[in-house]
Amino acid sequence: MTLFELPVLLGIVVAMALLRLVRASLLVWVLAWWIGIYVFVSRGFATPVPASAQHIYLGIVTLALFAYVTSSGERIRSFVDPLVNFAGDGRYTLALVPVLLALPALAAYREYVNAKVPVEPPFFARTVHPSPPTEITVHDQKIDMLGGDNPLRHLEKDDPAKFAEHVARGKDIYYEQCFFCHADALGGDGMYAHGLNPAPANFIDQGVLPSFQETFFFWRIAKGGPGMPDEGAPGDSAMPEWERFLSNEQMWEVVLFLYDHTGYRPRAREVHAEGH
Amino acid sequence: MNPRLLIAAAIVVLLGLGGAVRVYFALENQAYHPPVRSLGVESGFPREQALKDIAKDREAKAKAKKYEAPTYRTLPFVSSRVAVWVVAQLHLMFAAFVLAVPMFAFIIELIGYFNGDKRYDRLAYEFTKLLSTSFSFTASFGGFLTFLLIMLYPAFTNYLMEIFSWTFFPYVALFFAEAGFLYSYYYGWGKFHPVVHLLLGLGVNVVGTLIMFIADSWASFMMTPGGVSDAGALIDPWAALDNFTWMPINIHRFIGNIAFGGSVAAAYAAWKFLGAKTDEERAHYDWMGYMGNFVAISAFLPLPFAGYYLAREIYGYNQALGIMMMGGAFSWLFIIQAVLIGNLFLAANYYLWLGMGRIEGTQSYQRYVKYLLAAIAVCFAVWATPRSILASVSEIKAMGGTLHPALGVLGVMSAKNTAVNILILTTYVSFLFYRRTGKRPTVAWAALGNAVQFLIFFGVSGFVIALGVYGYFVDAATRIGLSIPQVLSVLIGMVTMTVIDAFMLRGAEQTGETHWGKLPAISQYVLIFIAVTFTWLMGLMGYVRSGLRQHWHVYGVMRDQSVDAFTPTLGFATQVISVIVIIFFAFIAFVFWLSSLHDKPDWGSAGQGPRGSHGPGGGRH
Ligand code: HEC
Ligand code: HEM
Repeated sequence: MTLFELPVLLGIVVAMALLRLVRASLLVWVLAWWIGIYVFVSRGFATPVPASAQHIYLGIVTLALFAYVTSSGERIRSFVDPLVNFAGDGRYTLALVPVLLALPALAAYREYVNAKVPVEPPFFARTVHPSPPTEITVHDQKIDMLGGDNPLRHLEKDDPAKFAEHVARGKDIYYEQCFFCHADALGGDGMYAHGLNPAPANFIDQGVLPSFQETFFFWRIAKGGPGMPDEGAPGDSAMPEWERFLSNEQMWEVVLFLYDHTGYRPRAREVHAEGH
Repeated sequence: MNPRLLIAAAIVVLLGLGGAVRVYFALENQAYHPPVRSLGVESGFPREQALKDIAKDREAKAKAKKYEAPTYRTLPFVSSRVAVWVVAQLHLMFAAFVLAVPMFAFIIELIGYFNGDKRYDRLAYEFTKLLSTSFSFTASFGGFLTFLLIMLYPAFTNYLMEIFSWTFFPYVALFFAEAGFLYSYYYGWGKFHPVVHLLLGLGVNVVGTLIMFIADSWASFMMTPGGVSDAGALIDPWAALDNFTWMPINIHRFIGNIAFGGSVAAAYAAWKFLGAKTDEERAHYDWMGYMGNFVAISAFLPLPFAGYYLAREIYGYNQALGIMMMGGAFSWLFIIQAVLIGNLFLAANYYLWLGMGRIEGTQSYQRYVKYLLAAIAVCFAVWATPRSILASVSEIKAMGGTLHPALGVLGVMSAKNTAVNILILTTYVSFLFYRRTGKRPTVAWAALGNAVQFLIFFGVSGFVIALGVYGYFVDAATRIGLSIPQVLSVLIGMVTMTVIDAFMLRGAEQTGETHWGKLPAISQYVLIFIAVTFTWLMGLMGYVRSGLRQHWHVYGVMRDQSVDAFTPTLGFATQVISVIVIIFFAFIAFVFWLSSLHDKPDWGSAGQGPRGSHGPGGGRH
């Protein structure tokens, strides 16, 4: 899988190299860097970068270029002088006209592009991993979300054979129940996935399994989309409430399988710092 | 002025007023009004008597009313949360300022004592002048806050007293001690033996820090209570004080305060610089701003690590709090935090580069500026890359989730830690370049020294980046552990480079003199920008700390049952923070103005104030 649009990258590099050859002035360089980075973040990635992130990056670039140009008197001059010359020197009057026309035209073009955006539902700062309640009840059993642990986890050391059995059962459950959405390879792109918004969780992603303890996923599996707290709203994900279909042990088993298969370890419990 | 125009304006105003009145009555007419009953019509009923009976009844009831201790009271117009929030934050900001300024006043005085340069002593005094008014404001806001808490949250305040009343007497005693030390330090300037005076300064600082430690225990207890039973009864007073986040907050605030105080003091100098009339004044305030900023940035560099320690303890106390903070609703605030911090780094470097302009002669280091800048911009971009990106539905579809396949890699801890370490290192190198501008080393091994410094710089950067990359291949606990060697290598690198530099510049040839005050005015706006950003950052993080508790007064122990027991939207929170920052700077401007009165000529006398320090027409501002 390529992450970048190689032709675009190549184009930017070649353009920069050409500028280097013609000994462009600071003004041209600043414009070139800005445009180059703009093209890079807006066109250079195989998967387009969302507008919100583009804004952050271009904001940073603008600030940085501003800081560079104004960081010494000499640079300010080599940036401003060509502009002043261009605007004031009679020789350039003819060239000035198209530039003056181009500026409002660019603004108009931008408006046009902005207006052309297809109508979409508003986006929502959804929290994919809301904080869990301190305790949940599943099949009449109270599960301590903070101090608790996977009741089968200790077998990993105490009885590896038994542990392997549980993992194998977890695997069966996964490929009977979960892979339609979460996919064969656990990548979250199962055959139903394109129809779903929010998309099913991707268990290969670093930010999922290793970032939380096992009780967290037990909770997410048992309570599903409907059990999402308000903070993770709108709680309209298609994740079923598996407590209706699976026993507690089965759900713990499938959690074991997820970790076992991906090779991730559950988030370790932080201990209170020593010596205080 | 054209009289016809005036008349036309008057007519327009009158018409406007008339229109407003007309609209008011129109609306008033539409409102529901109870039907008017004429007393006369109802004379057949014993109305008079009934009214009397009712009044009597009411009186009897009022007399028999039992006293019930309220759990909450409310204010008109402002919600209790916002009232306490604003006042507490203002109190914190003034407190931070009052604790920080003596710290560097003391350090600067100490430097002056050892190198015998009178300028340092004067500078320390100038900083101290900002203190006495601020001290009163701190206490006033503290009193205001206490009253508000008792008034608006009586039951909760009572509970805190239950837990912490034993800390109040030491607190008060320390307060008296602080007043004693502070005022004798300030009024006793130049009146004591320098060592005695320095000891007074040390006293101010030790006592001030202890005060903060005590107050921190109350705030941190609310977030991560310890030493109480499940129902909230006090079991172990010391464990309540020394709860999970007490020490991390002590440390984070201690360092944060210095950075904040330094930046505000630098803003003061910038403001004086901009109003200065003579080159001499400009030189003085330029130097003062430089020193304040130097203090601020030095304290700023270790803050990220203190922050991580704090975050770790929050996770350790309760996973749900940790997730709430870094992954949940509050994680968006950390994107804002990252943007602010990136701006601070950029501004700090920018100020140093501008500062090279003070030094005449060839500027051999200027040509490195663009590489430093590139490093900063890249690290800033990494630091500000959100883990899960705000995106529209079609953008999410295209990415297959809120994770971008390429940028998602930058959103995690490994990348961010690496970025912040490189930012720190780059800032340090900017400082090194600044320090060296206008000097040429004369020692024989200068070329070797330079080469070794370069090697250290690239070695440390390479090591930090390698560890960052390695972090992607290990589990979370190991990954977090990696941040320690990263920090240590940066620290060791900075120390060794400093040592080499110090020896190398011994007896260096001066190729250009430093002209304090000779730099573009924009540098002073940068100082003000840094101060405002710091203040805003402080308000933001204070909100995160307090807001994390959500619907709890004391997390997991005492529920918030008031109407404010919800988490406000991020937009609302940022607006409140902005208002707080504006109020704070309004007060601080007043403090600046007061301290500039000091140097104004007496009323009625035509004489000038003391040379080099009289205000830039302070009264104008
Ligand atoms: C109908 C499709 C579907 C099926 C079947 C399904 N899931 Fe899900 N799953 C989802 C969706 C959608 C989400 C929500 C992702 C989100 O909230 O962003 C989700 C989320 C999760 C999460 C939470 C991940 C996180 O990052 O917090 C876990 C764990 C999970 N699923 C496990 C399972 C298991 C185990 C099974 C089988 C027993 C299963 N899922 C079956 C659609 C499905
Ligand atoms: C460069 C990095 C950082 C800077 C410059 C910074 C700066 C600050 C400042 C100035 C304050 C206010 C101190 C005070 O009230 O006296 C503060 C408070 C706080 N910071 Fe940071 N911080 C940084 C990193 C972090 C990180 C990484 C975290 C956690 C993930 C964090 C969490 C907090 C919290 C929770 C508070 C509130 C403490 C309180 O007011 O009780 N900070 N920070």
